[in-house]
Amino acid sequence: MKYLDEYRDPRVAKALLEKIHGSAGRIDREIRIMEICGSHTVSIFRAGIKSLLPENVRLVSGPGCPVCVTAMSDMDRMIALASPPDGTDTLVATFGDMIRVPGTKTSLEAEMASGADVRIATSPLDAVMWARKHFEKSVVFLGVGFETTSPTIAATVLKARKSGLKNLFVYPAFKLLPPALVALLETPDIAIDGFLCPGHVSVMLGADAYRPVAARYEKPCVIAGFEPIDILLGISNICDQLAENKHEVANAYGRAVSNGGNVKAMGILDQVFEPVDAPWRGLGTIPASGLGFREEFAAYDAIRRFGLDSVEAGSEPKGCACGEVLRGLMDPPRCPLFGKACTPDSPVGSCMVSSEGSCAAWYKYSS
Amino acid sequence: MSDNIILLSHGAGGKKSSELTEKVFLKHFTDPALLELNDMAVLELPPGRLSISTDTYVIDPIFFPGGDIGSLAVHGTVNDVAMSGARPIALSAGFVLEEGLSIADLERIAASMARAAGQAGVRIVTADTKVVPRGAADKLFINTTGIGVIPGNLEIGGGQASEGDRVLISGTIGDHGIAVASSREGIDLTTPVVSDSAPLNGMIGELVASLGSDIHVLRDPTRGGLATVLSEIASHSSVGIAIQESAIPVRDTVRGACELLGYDPLYLANEGKLVVVAAEKAHEEALRIMQNHPYGSDAVLIGTVTGERPGKVVLNTLMGGTRLVDKLSGEMLPRIC
Repeated sequence: MKYLDEYRDPRVAKALLEKIHGSAGRIDREIRIMEICGSHTVSIFRAGIKSLLPENVRLVSGPGCPVCVTAMSDMDRMIALASPPDGTDTLVATFGDMIRVPGTKTSLEAEMASGADVRIATSPLDAVMWARKHFEKSVVFLGVGFETTSPTIAATVLKARKSGLKNLFVYPAFKLLPPALVALLETPDIAIDGFLCPGHVSVMLGADAYRPVAARYEKPCVIAGFEPIDILLGISNICDQLAENKHEVANAYGRAVSNGGNVKAMGILDQVFEPVDAPWRGLGTIPASGLGFREEFAAYDAIRRFGLDSVEAGSEPKGCACGEVLRGLMDPPRCPLFGKACTPDSPVGSCMVSSEGSCAAWYKYSS
Repeated sequence: MSDNIILLSHGAGGKKSSELTEKVFLKHFTDPALLELNDMAVLELPPGRLSISTDTYVIDPIFFPGGDIGSLAVHGTVNDVAMSGARPIALSAGFVLEEGLSIADLERIAASMARAAGQAGVRIVTADTKVVPRGAADKLFINTTGIGVIPGNLEIGGGQASEGDRVLISGTIGDHGIAVASSREGIDLTTPVVSDSAPLNGMIGELVASLGSDIHVLRDPTRGGLATVLSEIASHSSVGIAIQESAIPVRDTVRGACELLGYDPLYLANEGKLVVVAAEKAHEEALRIMQNHPYGSDAVLIGTVTGERPGKVVLNTLMGGTRLVDKLSGEMLPRIC
């Protein structure tokens, strides 16, 4: 299969692994590489990459799963939308991963079972279709995701405005990647030697977005795609840089990522949203790390429309170590709930819910 | 019939019910036992132990590329009965119809069931219909119960795998899962994937006739896919199973759709694939028999039963690494990014 088989070629993998063993062998300590993105985490496990790396190369999962980093306060408000305080008849449209994430008291899945109209969308355009079909309802799309997802949702808002749709809203819980990297690196006790940066987010952001982080914190940042060879290329580049005491931005996903990124998509994003301080699960509130509606698009903001500011923010479940896992401070099996009170069938924390969550990946592929 | 949709009165047991039975079901279900219109069917069975299985079919959409809920209800139960090595003989069919269902659709499904049963060589010998108000069911649900007879002293089951056995699969995995998902989600695949829904009793009959007790386990990897079935076998038999990623056949289109949706082909449903665990000495012959059958032409060896890590399935990846393969947890949902 063209464009897929080339990136799963065992011979290429073998050569890259030999190179990684060579570079890592020149470094006389543990090398901690953070894969920021959940898609990388899953690919690493699925390809069995951890079992092939040198003993001193350690891959650590980071906060790049949008479901996992959604704060409990946002989760509670999204669940409240299923039966809003003002009694409006709502239809909540969301990507599948979100429905099982527990809020303080309930989940979207439980609300669905109790009769709330919650539907799984495969694209924000599904929400437009439902809004056109159900004029009697307020259709709210849950805006969760990084720079990969948010431009398409911004485009959906523009489409709704152009077509005069008055019953479509978005709950903005978007996250921006670069501020999270800075927040991570400013956290005490975090020992990260380099970042494996996500391919799809970087398609939008462009390689230049990582240059200030790499320079200021002296950490190699290497952009990689999601196929096994892409990931090995990224790891190899980071090990090479560390062996040579370098800390540059490198692009191991040149077939998709440019230096400047997708200017058009980022322009659409910028037209509808502006950076705001945002709460992250496990990382607290990070300045300018989320997106809120610009004033001229306030009519589409579900938080304002349904008065969700008044929904009380809940606390994290007792004993749940999702916060430490998301900051790379703890491997999932060290969480006291892992595999006991918290499993994919009855998750306590969001990292066990999302198919791209670190805990779910550890449980599924290595327990 | 003047109307063309199912009405509540079609399920009331009166004239309308008789009309529906005669004009839809009896037109397609023509087994003599059923035509007697008793509340039961009386069958002569050959000697042997009875294999019985029941399943209820609920699928959206009811028509999908490569099949429909009717043929699926026949194939699914025929296959379940046959997984003990039994020869399936007869089926019952129970219908729950939603008020408002198009009678043309119902007739299309009844005709498809009759065709599928004929192809599998099983009789539909008794049936029942109920109608529920609009909204109380999704178009229609079908329950089928099947019976079959196990010849000789075969002991085929999930607990029979032993160290050294070989694991075979009859062809590509995930076709049904992607056919239904792409049809439901309106995803337009460049090369359309059709469901593999098919009766497996013919192939199983040939395997047990030739190899008998050298066939240890037969399973159809339906919901939960190949991963779940192998995990169950490893667990029931207290053995380890090692499989090779490079050997597992997956169509390019299915792989592409999985990349798009974030699905793992190992967990996708199949409705016409057979997993065989056979004694080492018999596996080449088993493979030959499967490959010579129309539903097993792409059959391959995918792994070995081991004495290591009892209860676990280990996948040797294309990259040369290893990882565990567990049962499916929850429902597969499209990912965010």
